[in-house]
Amino acid sequence: MSIARLAAAFNCFLTHNILADRLRYMPIQTIEKFEVKFLQIINEKGEADGSLVSSFTDSDLKKFFETMILARTFNQRALSLQREGRIGTYASILGQEASQIGSALAFGGEDWLFPSFRESGVLIARGYPMWMLYRYWAGDERGMKAPPGVNIFPMSVPVGTHVPHATGAAWAMKLKGHKKAAGVYFGDGGSSKGDFHEGLNFAGVFKVPAVFLCQNNQWAISVPRKRQTAAGTIAQKAYAYGFEGVQVDGNDITAVYRATKDAVDKAKRGEGPTLIECFTYRLDDHTTSDDASRYRSKEEVEEWKGKEPLIRLRLYMEKKGVWTKDYEDAIAKKALESVDAEIKKAEGFTPPDPADIIRYTYAEPTPRQKRELKEFGWEK
Amino acid sequence: MPWTKVYGNKAEFEKLSGSTPGLRGITYKDALLEATTQMLASDKNVFVLGEGVDDAGGVFGTTRDLHKKFGKDRVIDTPLAENGVTGIAIGAALAGMRPILVHMRVDFMPLSMDQIMNHAAKWHYMFGGKVSVPVTIRSIIGRGWGSAAQHSQSLQSLFAHIPGLKVVMPATPYDAKGLLRSSVYDGNPVVFIEHRWLYEHIGHVPEEAYTVPIGKAVVRRKGADVTIAAASLMVYEAMKAAEDLKAEGIDCEVIDLRTIKPLDIETLTGSVKKTGRLVVADTGWKEFGIGAEVIARVVEEAFHALKAPAVRVALPDVPTPASPVLEKAFYPGKEHIIEAVKKMLVRERP
Ligand SMILES: Cc1ncc(C[n+]2csc(CCOP(=O)(O)OP(=O)(O)O)c2C)c(N)n1
Ligand SMILES: [Mg+2]
Repeated sequence: MSIARLAAAFNCFLTHNILADRLRYMPIQTIEKFEVKFLQIINEKGEADGSLVSSFTDSDLKKFFETMILARTFNQRALSLQREGRIGTYASILGQEASQIGSALAFGGEDWLFPSFRESGVLIARGYPMWMLYRYWAGDERGMKAPPGVNIFPMSVPVGTHVPHATGAAWAMKLKGHKKAAGVYFGDGGSSKGDFHEGLNFAGVFKVPAVFLCQNNQWAISVPRKRQTAAGTIAQKAYAYGFEGVQVDGNDITAVYRATKDAVDKAKRGEGPTLIECFTYRLDDHTTSDDASRYRSKEEVEEWKGKEPLIRLRLYMEKKGVWTKDYEDAIAKKALESVDAEIKKAEGFTPPDPADIIRYTYAEPTPRQKRELKEFGWEK
Repeated sequence: MPWTKVYGNKAEFEKLSGSTPGLRGITYKDALLEATTQMLASDKNVFVLGEGVDDAGGVFGTTRDLHKKFGKDRVIDTPLAENGVTGIAIGAALAGMRPILVHMRVDFMPLSMDQIMNHAAKWHYMFGGKVSVPVTIRSIIGRGWGSAAQHSQSLQSLFAHIPGLKVVMPATPYDAKGLLRSSVYDGNPVVFIEHRWLYEHIGHVPEEAYTVPIGKAVVRRKGADVTIAAASLMVYEAMKAAEDLKAEGIDCEVIDLRTIKPLDIETLTGSVKKTGRLVVADTGWKEFGIGAEVIARVVEEAFHALKAPAVRVALPDVPTPASPVLEKAFYPGKEHIIEAVKKMLVRERP
């Protein structure tokens, strides 16, 4: 520790002391400096930074657009299924499609993702079967049994507790010498948890190949972002753990993709973790059991509606001649058809077997459970 | 079987069998060190993490110098973060590793209880058997002057209450080595509880790697009059009590539970059906404890065999005191077991 820093500390306390007068003349040095960068490639008006946007081909843009339409369709249908009592409580992703899909698409198939409960878009972008998601939201654990080849862990409903899991998985990848990365999604609320601190701190010390994706949607149920932390950004917290943090416009899918891709590549080069704060907005209620109008203003929501991610991508693609009304109509129709087919599949699926309760508690049933299977008449 | 013998101390070990050729005696702590060394050497997926695992003391000798042999990447002294590190071990297990997480004291584990009970114990179930969490959590219980309320608890029943967890409490060096291997290769999270006073105990331990099955108790001493079921350090108290009672013509059978969850009820009921009397001796608290569960299970399955109400020998419902004088009053031992057995013999059901 430098003398100057000690001196600065003393200075605060000893202003009436003679010593303090002497120390005041000692030079005070800046020993660390941080800056937090913000990345935006396409703004709300659909205007793009030419040099940054040029890396995206027309087919990249279409893939972004189509996946966001699909996720939004999935989401709308989930909300109506909930109202009809066909699924349980559901957490809407409206407004956060770019943050979810742009980041998810930046990971390789070999990487592993740890989503939270509000990440339907992440799962859909990874090719997770939508009918299984509907099963899950209808209260069927089998819906989270990811099919082989879909490297995604089950959604974490407990807030933030999966952050250390991602650090641990990334640590395992490093120990095994695999060229893979682990990505984890959590909210602005989740960033206040001890798990966040412990997970990021370890990741920094051991330089694990992890990407921490904070979905800052400005609200944690009724708690606004400002009451979550006094820090100006969530991204800056990374510097306390000794690695880089960046804030991106979470409603600009190209920016989210770029930042995540860079972080994933960096992780795989062995250069350690990154924290990405996706600055976005939760346009719907927290979940279907919430009423956000009780705690936030209409004006705020309206303002963010103008910034939502599809508008600007549509404008930009139109300027480029990639978007037409007919194109979108066809995409939307296709999305609705495939979502409806998935719902049909979900609702036609066999109900779970009561023996599953016992079957899945341990890797192998215990002797008592084997007996219970017989006693309850559940044995096959 | 020499492996199933328990020895009170080194002198007893040497007197009874130290001279038997081909049988090696090592301490409980060395048995743990040997099991860990063998797994680290033979399996790249095994790694050790915990606060102070590379310390010169090596967690009471159980991880001594492992970081020198296997590197600091596989024997990791972690930042101070009980819950986070447990989550990290879970994440590594999900990614195919077999972590051995060491908590110097069980008293710090309430900080990691969320990760243990809400995550490690639940993932396999909640996700339709798709993922399992083969993490072994070594936790140390103990007692001794000054350890007191926050550093010498015995919290096994807290873990044993949770579906999805397994809980083992080996009493002998042989079991320590074999159960540690079984725990690491079990497909479930296992809480592995060691009593600090056991570290210097000596017993027969084969050099080669072997497993002791989880969920199997063992009869340490055969007897006809009373069954004493005990775990961990209390096995030794039970053995001493049985020895003293023999002089008075009372023939005790001592069962070492070895695994708390899943409980080996067959061995227990088998013994109680023979003796008709049951004393349970546990290092933990009496209320809602291991003794309560053992007795409830025996009542459910072998009520008619019981000739007298079963008795628990365990901690009174107060925090652990700090003063040695109070500690002496607090901890039950051999005398309490003897007293329980004698009372039971006069309190028989007609
Ligand atoms: C450990 C834990 N504490 C509290 C809750 C209840 N809860 C569910 S969501 C939520 C808010 C989360 O906010 P944030 O992390 O910003 O994510 P968002 O809902 O905005 O996506 C809370 C408090 C929980 N699920 N888990
Ligand atoms: Mg939020």
